[in-house]
Amino acid sequence: MKNKKDQTAFHLMLAPSMVFLIIFSFIPMFGIVMAFQNYIPAKGISGSAWVGLDNFKFMFQIPDSRQILINTMVIAIWKIIVGTFVSIVFALLLNEIRVRFAKKFMQTVVYLPNFLSWAVLATVVMNIFSYEGPVNALLGWLGIDPVLFMASNHWFRPMLVLTDVWKGFGYGSIIYLASLTAIDPGLYEASSIDGANRFKQLWYVTLPGLMPTILLVTTLNLPNVLNAGFDQIFNLYNPLVYATSDIIDTYVYRVGLVERQYSLGTAIGLLRSVVGIVLILSANKLAQKLTDYRIF
Amino acid sequence: MIWILLLALTLSCLIPLINLVAISFSDNAAVSANMVSIFPVHPTFSSYEKLFSDSQFWRSFMISVERVVLGLIVNMSLMILAAYPLSKSSKQFRAQKVYMNIVIIAMLFSGGLIPTFMVVKGLHLLDSIWALILPGAVAVGNVILLMNAFRAVPKSLEEAATIDGASQWRILSTIYVPVVLPTIATVTLFTIVGHWNDYFGALVYINKTSNYPLQTYIQQLSVDAQNITDPQKLIEYAKISNRTLNAAKIVVSTLPLLLIYPFMQKYFVTGIVVGSLKE
Repeated sequence: MKNKKDQTAFHLMLAPSMVFLIIFSFIPMFGIVMAFQNYIPAKGISGSAWVGLDNFKFMFQIPDSRQILINTMVIAIWKIIVGTFVSIVFALLLNEIRVRFAKKFMQTVVYLPNFLSWAVLATVVMNIFSYEGPVNALLGWLGIDPVLFMASNHWFRPMLVLTDVWKGFGYGSIIYLASLTAIDPGLYEASSIDGANRFKQLWYVTLPGLMPTILLVTTLNLPNVLNAGFDQIFNLYNPLVYATSDIIDTYVYRVGLVERQYSLGTAIGLLRSVVGIVLILSANKLAQKLTDYRIF
Repeated sequence: MIWILLLALTLSCLIPLINLVAISFSDNAAVSANMVSIFPVHPTFSSYEKLFSDSQFWRSFMISVERVVLGLIVNMSLMILAAYPLSKSSKQFRAQKVYMNIVIIAMLFSGGLIPTFMVVKGLHLLDSIWALILPGAVAVGNVILLMNAFRAVPKSLEEAATIDGASQWRILSTIYVPVVLPTIATVTLFTIVGHWNDYFGALVYINKTSNYPLQTYIQQLSVDAQNITDPQKLIEYAKISNRTLNAAKIVVSTLPLLLIYPFMQKYFVTGIVVGSLKE
């Protein structure tokens, strides 16, 4: 009797969330059929004509599609590599600091950019890298001609990687700092008795101790190779650098919502999420195998 | 050496923001001549005075505040109520596995931007503040974070309450919620930041620019620059745009986050560690 009351309570607690998930997650999944239609808003999904895989065929014929895929992956992979590296280096350096106040202050400062939106940070970035901004002033002082960083296909991608790493490295270091504290201090004592200097300790004690976390975080980053960062690029780019910075997500937004080619936009989005799901599931499997960790 | 590297990394995060504040307090002419670094040049409050009379800015500000308050109430109550039963074993809650699968499917699959837009449009939510709150009301990642926190609560606490005849509602509100408060604080911070920082929702779901929340309003400031296709024009645009005023707008729009940030820091650090390193 008692238990039955519990079961009812549990169902009731979950009910509102389920309603929202059904409306805003599950019903849109049926909208995916638009990818196989020539969707016309006035006719709706039931009235629009079926076209099979035409949208997908068209997608592969767009001359830009190869470039967009390349852009997405190149930007994302560089962000993952550089971001992981800087986060680890920062955590290792900070770990050496024994002055509590300084440590606390630096942590507070570097976590901060992660909490600011790209809508805001875009202005900050553009101020600093503008044609007559501080960075170009510095270059001029060194005798280098000013560079239009935000409008140059040569510089825009490195700018994306740099500013993304800048925003996220502090936040990314939290997890490494936490696992550094978990390394047995006895190992350091033993190694210093054996005559290991600070660098040797880093190499033979700290890094091996950090390895499981590095492995785990890198694995969990795997699904992000198709996620080059919509917010950042959307707020920073301009038509001058579409060639090197247009990614799948920005393209879907422009084609789907701005140009209102709903079916094509949905088709591209669908292909992206299918690959994304495969990546998430593989990451989950891989993480489980390597480190006994499960995302779900 | 270590100190130099650390200081360089730390200052790289601090100086751009200080530069922005300095610009907002500087004289427009000094900014155009790029004389401002970390201290204001010819300090003035004029851009803030202009800002105070900009009614659209304050309207957007209030819409953002409203969105955070409403969003926080809706999201947090939904997520806590959902995470609690999900944290039970399938022995204690028979349908637990079924619900868990629904949640995971919702996390993995999505209709994508355009079908979701169609649903919101179909529900006649366009141009309403609810279009910004309801579609993301159940953030699955946060639900899982809360669920793991509930799971870590010692079972003996609940057993004692059950003997006293407490209902599950009572056990949740008087035992579990107080115990996992640090995690709830973490998720609360994420939710506040998420709502405050989101500009894209309004770009898609709100047609009237006068109803834009703050970040979308800010985002629109640089939209003109984004459509310029000639490098020369881009340089000229940077000269004529009112950079001191824009900087002031950005400073004010970031202030609320900066005010809660120090209080929340210790919570989100533990929250991230607990959420990502399940030991």
